[in-house]
Amino acid sequence: MNKPLRRIAIFCGLLVLALLVRVNWLQYVRADELNENKHNRRVQIERYAHERGNIIVDGNPVTGSVETKDSDFKYKRVWKDGPMWAPVTGYSSQAFDASQLEKLEDGILTGNDDQLFFDRTLSMFTGDKRQGGNIVTTLNGAAQKAAFKGLGDKKGAVAALDPQTGAILALVSTPSYDPSVFAGNSFKDAEARQKLLKDKDKPMLNRALRETYPPGSTFKVVTAAAALENGLYTDIDAKTKSPLPWRLPLSTQNLANEGNIPCENASLREALRWSCNTVFGKISDDLGNQKMIDQADKFGFNEEIFTPVRADASVYPKDNRPQNAMAGIGQASNRATPLQMAMVAAAIANDGKLMQPYMVAERQAPNLDAIYTHEKEQFSQPLSGENAQKLQQMMETVVETGTGRNAQINGVTVGGKTGTAQHGLNNSEKPYAWFISYAKTDNGSPVAVAVVVEDSQANRGDISGGGLAAPIAKAVMEAVIDSKK
Amino acid sequence: MSVVTNTTTIGAIDAPSRRNTELMMVGFAVAISVFAYANVGLALNGELPSGMLGYGLGLALLGGISHLAVRKFAPYADPLLLPLATLLNGLGLAIIWRLDQSERFQATPDFAPAASKQLLFSAVGIALLVAVLLVLKDHRILQRYTYISMLVALFLLILPMFFPAVNGAKIWIKIPGVGTIQPGEFAKIIIAVFFAGYLMVKRDALALASRRFMGLYLPRGRDLGPIITIWAFSILILVFETDLGSSLLFFGMFVVMLYVATERTSWIVFGLLMSAAGAVGVATFEPHVQQRVTAWLDPFAGWGKLAASEQMAKSLMAFGAGGTLGTGLGQGNSDLIGFAANSDFILATVGEELGLAGMMALLLIYGLIVERGVRTALASRDPFGKLLAIGLSGSFAIQVFVVAGGVMGLIPLTGMTMPFVAAGGSSVIANWALIGILLRISDTARRPAPTPAPSPDAEMTQVVRP
Repeated sequence: MNKPLRRIAIFCGLLVLALLVRVNWLQYVRADELNENKHNRRVQIERYAHERGNIIVDGNPVTGSVETKDSDFKYKRVWKDGPMWAPVTGYSSQAFDASQLEKLEDGILTGNDDQLFFDRTLSMFTGDKRQGGNIVTTLNGAAQKAAFKGLGDKKGAVAALDPQTGAILALVSTPSYDPSVFAGNSFKDAEARQKLLKDKDKPMLNRALRETYPPGSTFKVVTAAAALENGLYTDIDAKTKSPLPWRLPLSTQNLANEGNIPCENASLREALRWSCNTVFGKISDDLGNQKMIDQADKFGFNEEIFTPVRADASVYPKDNRPQNAMAGIGQASNRATPLQMAMVAAAIANDGKLMQPYMVAERQAPNLDAIYTHEKEQFSQPLSGENAQKLQQMMETVVETGTGRNAQINGVTVGGKTGTAQHGLNNSEKPYAWFISYAKTDNGSPVAVAVVVEDSQANRGDISGGGLAAPIAKAVMEAVIDSKK
Repeated sequence: MSVVTNTTTIGAIDAPSRRNTELMMVGFAVAISVFAYANVGLALNGELPSGMLGYGLGLALLGGISHLAVRKFAPYADPLLLPLATLLNGLGLAIIWRLDQSERFQATPDFAPAASKQLLFSAVGIALLVAVLLVLKDHRILQRYTYISMLVALFLLILPMFFPAVNGAKIWIKIPGVGTIQPGEFAKIIIAVFFAGYLMVKRDALALASRRFMGLYLPRGRDLGPIITIWAFSILILVFETDLGSSLLFFGMFVVMLYVATERTSWIVFGLLMSAAGAVGVATFEPHVQQRVTAWLDPFAGWGKLAASEQMAKSLMAFGAGGTLGTGLGQGNSDLIGFAANSDFILATVGEELGLAGMMALLLIYGLIVERGVRTALASRDPFGKLLAIGLSGSFAIQVFVVAGGVMGLIPLTGMTMPFVAAGGSSVIANWALIGILLRISDTARRPAPTPAPSPDAEMTQVVRP
């Protein structure tokens, strides 16, 4: 009976061999594919198994991680002053993915990024607790706070830039939300998120980057820049050929000014000071649609801007003549994000050089070594230095003696422009109050701000931009200047 | 052991008993298991687990007792079987204990830790092994109980039919106060005794009284009777208890033993044909079986639709997560598989936490046990011992293949337990008894032939010096 026994021995050996081959196939050949399977919960578990890196403002983290007990996802994200920082950080939820910086810089924050491979390998051997890297932002905590406080319970947004570098100093959107309320993956988190999504005030909308508003009169500085750049007018104090009333081209309608202001043949400086619709409407019409588009494009209109968080494209449209004339005063289909208008102010303040806006100054490995540092980068040159300085004079007049007096700061040169954008059919809804401005010190301009307040209660007229939005811009500029001292 | 020499012409030289080797290896097996505990504790809580000493001492005690029993009652037994089984049992305990620590399990409402129970069952199993060695002085005694074995095995197999199904299979019986028992595990051993006894008597008739047809030796109809009966019986188990594993196991074991007994390849061909026919036949009308096959063909396709598929896919992902070296004990997520993670799917935990390296080591340990069993059969001098040893080791091999292959998606999942490693009382107890019988057979096989009586003429022989 020994011959069949030997064969059975071989058969049993083959059974074990088949198992060995199979286990090699599973664990060596197919391991990666199985690990990447979309049903594999381990990916999520691993993702939340260690502390996420932090988003840092002024050297202090505005985010954190807390250990949770109720789930197999060990760490949950928390925010300090969540509603204030949400427009910058975005959210990072165990159940609902992430957004904005939390999403874009996820690789660094979780520590999974290829650039951190060496760190990961090292900590595997040294047995250190694994950690994510940090994102150091350009934001200025004081400016952010001033903007957030300034907006208060009003609906609106603030974007502030350092004109010389493009660094984003403040990015606020109200009403905001606390991303901590749905950072976990419990039923409660889902409920809190649903509530936010259903809120008609859209707290999760980042108004500073993702909402475009008619820029209203603040756009007149772009129109003025176009007039200077195209040589339509060269002297800002010379009289323009602007009749009053001025009839919209190809139309039977007169373009009206707000109130009874001296706009007939007003100089550029006076026209900006009083915010004359007739003067700037006519400039836009004189230059024509294409030249206006070109100028707007140089300021960053008509393209998405990545900070790296995406900002919606602001729009200066291709349009017919009367519409183009309206777009020249920031109405019609002309739309801009607060960031875009801050860029306009920044370019003028920086003598015509527009810097690429950014908010990530540095990416850090878990050991705080910088693995990426932002180099400032020019976005475009929307206007010559000479013309920029002319515009500065005009904007400074607005603050000194015009509609923007509320933005005056003692001992600091401030330039600004108010705006009240009509919207709704036949101007039926409440207008948006705008204010764009910059401050200037001996070392050039440290800050340019754009403020928009949606629920303007004020009486119509440019004064509402000056009344509602200018104080907020002033507070932000003061905060930046104070923090530089 | 000293080598006995005498002056007779027939020298009986003792095979070395290797008991000390066995003792050292049992100690080694216990040490590895204790290290496994330490590893789990350090990984999960950063400290040595409080139960480590208890489990380690318990395991050492069991290993020591079984070793002493072998030393006393089966001194020539194979020295590898006991350490290998101890290592498997010890590792199994550590992994079950690790799964007990799972927060996911502890969150389920009817969670009950299984490791302490498993240690108790192991003790009962070792007691059974000692009892086998103590009571069964010679395995040939079992021959006398051929037909009684058959009746007992039939009784054990039919019994679960009267109890409600658990997780889709009727293979458990519930005894109040004791818990659930899987009689199939015990039936495996008892039916091997019956087959060995039956085939030893009938093997000449089955082997020789056959007609040659198309190159195969066809057995006579009346000799075909038993195999047809067993085939039909295994199909019946499959149908009524929806237990694919057991039917495959019994049938495979019978074919192996028939082949060894008759040395006729034709039996294997018949066996394969009939099992294929039976499997296809059942698969066409049994939804439980169909689900398993669907889950096997593409586990990820049934995600969210079929519980069996999802379980299978989770098992595969556990293996994938382990990769080559594994996550380390206590650091995997194999408990995502759910309720069967510490029984049917315990291999997935081994795969995830010990990795490919650990899996290959584990499979090789099983392979070694099987091959030591086959070696026992080869060395055995009596046909009953040969048949019983090959039956037991063959069924062990098939069980390992069916379970491991099922969990790894090589074949459809059948729902049996991994011998010694998986949580489950019946399985551990029955397999220790199986090892006991193999030890007994190997002891008989390796025992040196009795010294022949001294030849009365020896002293008389004159030595003629030149």
